Amino acid sequence: MASGKREQFENPVVEWVDSRLPIFTMMQKEYGVFPTPKNFNYFWNFGAIAMFMLITMIVSGIVLAMHYTAHSTLAFDSVEHIMRDVYYGWLLRYIHANGASFFFIAVYIHLYRGLYYGSYKKPRELLWILGVAIFLLMMATAFMGYVLPWGQMSFWGAQVITSFFSAIPGVGESIVVWLRGGFSLDNPTLNRFFSLHYLLPFVIVGVVFLHIWALHVTGSNNPEGVEPKTKKDTLPFHPYYTMKDTFGLMAFVTIYAVFVFFFPNSLGHADNYIPANPIVTPAHIVPEWYFLPFYAILRAFTFGVNAYLLVGLGLAAVAFYPLFTKKKGSEISLILMAGIMVFSGAFLLAGYFSQLELDSGAKALVLPYSDAFVDAKLCGVLAMFGSIALLFVLPFLDTHPVRSARYRPWFKIGVLLLVVDVAILTVCGAKPAEGFWVPLSQVSMLYYMGFFVVGIPFLSKFEPIRDLPKSIHQSVLAKPQKIVVKG
Amino acid sequence: MSTSPEDTKPVQDETKRDFLYLTAASMGAVAAGSVVWPLVDQMNPSADTLALSTTEADLSAVQEGQSITVMWRGAPVFIRRRTVTEIEEARAVDVSTLRDKETDEQRAKRPEWLIMTGICTHLGCVPLGQKQGDQKGEYGGWFCPCHGSHYDTAGRIRKGPAPKNLVIPPYEFLTETTIKIG
Ligand code: HEM
Ligand code: FES
Repeated sequence: MASGKREQFENPVVEWVDSRLPIFTMMQKEYGVFPTPKNFNYFWNFGAIAMFMLITMIVSGIVLAMHYTAHSTLAFDSVEHIMRDVYYGWLLRYIHANGASFFFIAVYIHLYRGLYYGSYKKPRELLWILGVAIFLLMMATAFMGYVLPWGQMSFWGAQVITSFFSAIPGVGESIVVWLRGGFSLDNPTLNRFFSLHYLLPFVIVGVVFLHIWALHVTGSNNPEGVEPKTKKDTLPFHPYYTMKDTFGLMAFVTIYAVFVFFFPNSLGHADNYIPANPIVTPAHIVPEWYFLPFYAILRAFTFGVNAYLLVGLGLAAVAFYPLFTKKKGSEISLILMAGIMVFSGAFLLAGYFSQLELDSGAKALVLPYSDAFVDAKLCGVLAMFGSIALLFVLPFLDTHPVRSARYRPWFKIGVLLLVVDVAILTVCGAKPAEGFWVPLSQVSMLYYMGFFVVGIPFLSKFEPIRDLPKSIHQSVLAKPQKIVVKG
Repeated sequence: MSTSPEDTKPVQDETKRDFLYLTAASMGAVAAGSVVWPLVDQMNPSADTLALSTTEADLSAVQEGQSITVMWRGAPVFIRRRTVTEIEEARAVDVSTLRDKETDEQRAKRPEWLIMTGICTHLGCVPLGQKQGDQKGEYGGWFCPCHGSHYDTAGRIRKGPAPKNLVIPPYEFLTETTIKIG
């Protein structure tokens, strides 16, 4: 960063510092004149918004920690003390609690923007992977934060989530005891969660720094998905995008403030205002809304993997293997693929129905050797973590040369359906796992997984490569311009 | 030695270097491990938590068909004095059809008393069925409302996502009416 000739600053103090530590030069380069594609739409606001939310969470969290007590007998009361006795305590807590939701809203939009416009593709793979790492850290942070008030949802949410690890064969139970620091969820658990909840946001800050560093190496992607070529394609970050980001941020913060001041509990669960009770489970345990799609995937596995499912999956892997090789699209025999798929489908259905329990408790389809060897619980946990792991490997699954969905009509349909799919999963996650919601979440999970594992490689091979605009500048000018001349 | 130093020295040096690298690296790994282990092990249950690992319960007031819940190591333990029909139902089941194959005899030292941890083996909720009027599931034992696991009158998983039967803690009868759990 310090290499190259440095421009002198007029202000003597700034100049004195900068000649010793060129921090102003760096800011000027990275945020002042930084060449930024000139065709950003409002989706490009959410990185800055997420950054704002991270800072908001840290500031409000640190002041909450001045009044909060991390002890199982005192935590609940200390949160009530914050709400009732501490000056502006209610405001700080509502800022923090709703802030988590709005942080996730910003990050989900930011992430989907990357998906839609192909920002995860070369040369931005690492940038994307760092982003998914931030997302994962955020989930851990938010989960542990939600445990801190030690209400019923805090307690039982933590019970269910730490129990995930008991699915690991052999060592699972010992891992759960180790995580909880006891044979059940108790004070040691609460204490370590507080410690980590304090720490992880600063780890996030570190990864965000790497994320932005990587961004400033490759530069931003843009809605057209073509790289800027000449000066005509870009604008200096300041004042153009500092202004646009500020405007977007103000709109976002306005909505956030409406929630903080007028609907502060609408995104939470009333049950969390009941102190934790280790012998009474709430009738309906629901995680915070931002975890619902993953929770739905966890619960979608009401069945384990048995011999039939394994054979079916094996055949599917054979059928889809050509998608992952270097072969050109036209050389793959679609007929052969379809043939194997039919067999694979038959085995998968047989496997599924031989695991499916009817209301009578009997199996829907009685077959020999249909006992599951990977039980439903482990499958659910693996699928849930897998659904995030897929985001990590996405840059390597998608080899199509075109980035933006604007120029990929097939991909566009798939990626828009993904939004619908995740919305359905969100609803399924909030409903009890019974009746119609179970198959619905199973089908939705199948689409989610299928989109990444099969859909993306398939499109990489077969989706036609369309002509792209010659440059950002040209595509901006090519749009029909509405010019209103006022007299 | 008679060989000239020119052609042996480099070879010797290289193996000596390898040896030094390897020993240094393995000593480093041991050092790192001995620093990391206390950091990992501190998260295990502490001595005072371990010290609370037994509990005694008085069963004299429990009538046939009643259940009590006692706390052991911070988690509920279900103690049920089963009715004759419940015991018969539990014993009539063909064990080979079960998900987690255990006979009723393996689960209850004294058929009348069924003692097990009240933590669903799926994801750790407390199943219903201890109180009069609770939903007991399709097998007349316990029902976990979290994701719908049904347990029978021997606490064995019969339907739903839980992989295992409700766990039987170590326990012994101290007298006819008191037990020690743990
Ligand atoms: C990535 C940033 C963060 C996220 C996503 C996050 C999330 C959360 C969530 C969801 C809660 C539960 C809110 C409730 O229902 O009451 C919470 C509580 C809490 N957080 Fe954070 N947090 C973050 C950063 C921090 C930081 C840096 C601190 C500093 C120590 C902190 C301290 C606290 C405290 C003391 C509580 C308990 C008080 C309360 O429940 O309001 N948080 N956090
Ligand atoms: S925790 Fe009991 S069914 Fe899931």
